Amino acid sequence: MSGRTDDIVRPKGARQAVLRVLLFVILGLFAAYYLLPLFVMVSTSLKTLEEIRTGTLVSLPGTVTFEPWAKAWSAACVGVKCEGLKPYFWNSVLIAVPGVAISTFLGALAGYALTKWRFRGADVIFGLMLFGAFIPFQVILLPMARTLGLLGLAGTIPGLILVHVVYGLAFTTLFFRNFAVGVSDSIVQAAKIDGAGFFSIFFRILVPMAVPTFGVTVIWQFTQIWNDFLFGVAFTSSDSNPVTVALNNVVATSTGVKEYNVDMAAAILAGLPTLLVYVIAGRYFVRGLAAGAVKG
Amino acid sequence: MPGVSLRNIWKRFGTTEVLKGISLDLEEGEFVVLVGPSGCGKSTLLNIVAGLETLSEGDVLIGDRVVNDVPPKDRNIAMVFQSYSLYPTKTVRKNITFGMEIRRVEKAHQDAALRSVSELLHIDPYLERKPGQLSGGQRQRVAMARALVRDPDVFLFDEPLSNLDAKLRIEMRTEIKKLHKRLEKSIIYVTHDQIEAMTLASRIAVMDAGHIRQFAPPEEIYESPADLFVASFIGSPPMNIVRGRVEQDDGIRITVENDGGPAIRFPVPEKFAAGASAYLGKDVDLGLRPETVTAEGGQTGSDLFAFDRPIELVEPTGPDTMLVFGLGGQEVIARVRPEDARPAGQQFRFVANMAKAKLFDPETGRRI
Repeated sequence: MSGRTDDIVRPKGARQAVLRVLLFVILGLFAAYYLLPLFVMVSTSLKTLEEIRTGTLVSLPGTVTFEPWAKAWSAACVGVKCEGLKPYFWNSVLIAVPGVAISTFLGALAGYALTKWRFRGADVIFGLMLFGAFIPFQVILLPMARTLGLLGLAGTIPGLILVHVVYGLAFTTLFFRNFAVGVSDSIVQAAKIDGAGFFSIFFRILVPMAVPTFGVTVIWQFTQIWNDFLFGVAFTSSDSNPVTVALNNVVATSTGVKEYNVDMAAAILAGLPTLLVYVIAGRYFVRGLAAGAVKG
Repeated sequence: MPGVSLRNIWKRFGTTEVLKGISLDLEEGEFVVLVGPSGCGKSTLLNIVAGLETLSEGDVLIGDRVVNDVPPKDRNIAMVFQSYSLYPTKTVRKNITFGMEIRRVEKAHQDAALRSVSELLHIDPYLERKPGQLSGGQRQRVAMARALVRDPDVFLFDEPLSNLDAKLRIEMRTEIKKLHKRLEKSIIYVTHDQIEAMTLASRIAVMDAGHIRQFAPPEEIYESPADLFVASFIGSPPMNIVRGRVEQDDGIRITVENDGGPAIRFPVPEKFAAGASAYLGKDVDLGLRPETVTAEGGQTGSDLFAFDRPIELVEPTGPDTMLVFGLGGQEVIARVRPEDARPAGQQFRFVANMAKAKLFDPETGRRI
């Protein structure tokens, strides 16, 4: 996007040119530093074990092989089972999709209700929810395990979804509350005069306006839930483990030869969905974060 | 088209009293403007009529129906907001038909209603655009179309023109007045702009600090203001107010002392004499509208009184020139024809039309 700040007159001269080159050199170095791990991962995952042993870390693969990828996906050993990451990957999908959808929807509804249908104690409730965003993961492990046990959800995928929804509500409510605060009250008043009620104002007026906020919240929640390891390892049993836990079991195995190429491929596979979500919803991310800063 | 009655409306927020016993009766088809400085409670009063705010005490009637506990959507009102409050993600068409969709009005009827308001307000060309792609004036029209399409009993306008630039504001003002002529619906219109109030209203309610100071047709508000507040709020430039002492000489006179100059003794015309004589020996406030203080020959009448003061400042406005001079320690503005104006610093002979002067009690502010 070109903006009105692009065309501001800048000083010219040899000194400026040197500074400019210096700037780009530094930026280039930073970019390389960030990209290096990804490069090593991708190139290692495409090498044979033989080549890894004899070559160097940063060299390009001599002969490209997709064997490690296939093995990581469907044949690598997780504990005693050797079915690859595939079943656990689908576990993660089954956890992340409902987890993101439910927590985002409830957060949107709560943010709207807390700002546009204010009631006595709304601020206190919001304060308590905000407080939830500051509770460390570890603190809730034991109480949550107890709760899941009482509900009969211990060690199951629905149990883990519940944990992520409850923990995520603090964040999703915060995002949507900040969005809704920026929506003029008179829009809601106009809709009430037009005859709309609580849900029709929400679905027909607020939700369409909140698309960027949905983008931010979905990215945030998806990243949180997909990348979560602690809740996954604590609240699921081996068959219902998410992909992050399975990845750990693949990589941290203490038996046999260390297959670096398979480990790298498995790590990239486990990280791909978050990358994909950023690509798809990323343009809303920045827009949503900046929303409310200026009058639209 | 029923009228609206407000009966002894009180509104309190905690211990703050925003409205202190407002009573007001709107006749059918009347255009009433609530005008007052910001914070006087005029918008609160409008929101109470709309049902967007509850009241602490009193009754609101639309027609014969008490609507205190009726939600906004069932009051058969329509409102135009200061910030337009269009739905930003909907097209102009959807903005206008949203209310009908919610109320499940038949599609054919919706289309007919949309067509008639979009023709009336000339918004046909941009029915498919979003509010963000419209100019301020166009958004204002859409906001009015959304209100009109409801075909309500009462229209409520909350400072609808205050976000427009000066030229557009005058255009839209005329348009609103034409619209009212055509629809003959009751309108309650809130503004802080006294010129808008004067040009639009069939009656003006001047509000201050939760009270209605005066409720009367524009001419009456201007010509016989009830008190000092109304007198100085309505009119631009505002009415000149100077303090003087009532004395008996050859008739009743009001003496205004001046630093560096002789006192000026304004004669009180016959019709005010009885009221003024009660204040003999006491102070009163003398109100003179700028257009009643001119150069010699600038106006005609039987109660003209001439006096001399030096000009302090000259402000040409085009059709008239304002001469500012000191009187009784106050700055006073005289409105003279441009050809009568003289440069600042010169002694000037002013003529005041005492028949149009107003006298006020300085303590209560009431008109004498």
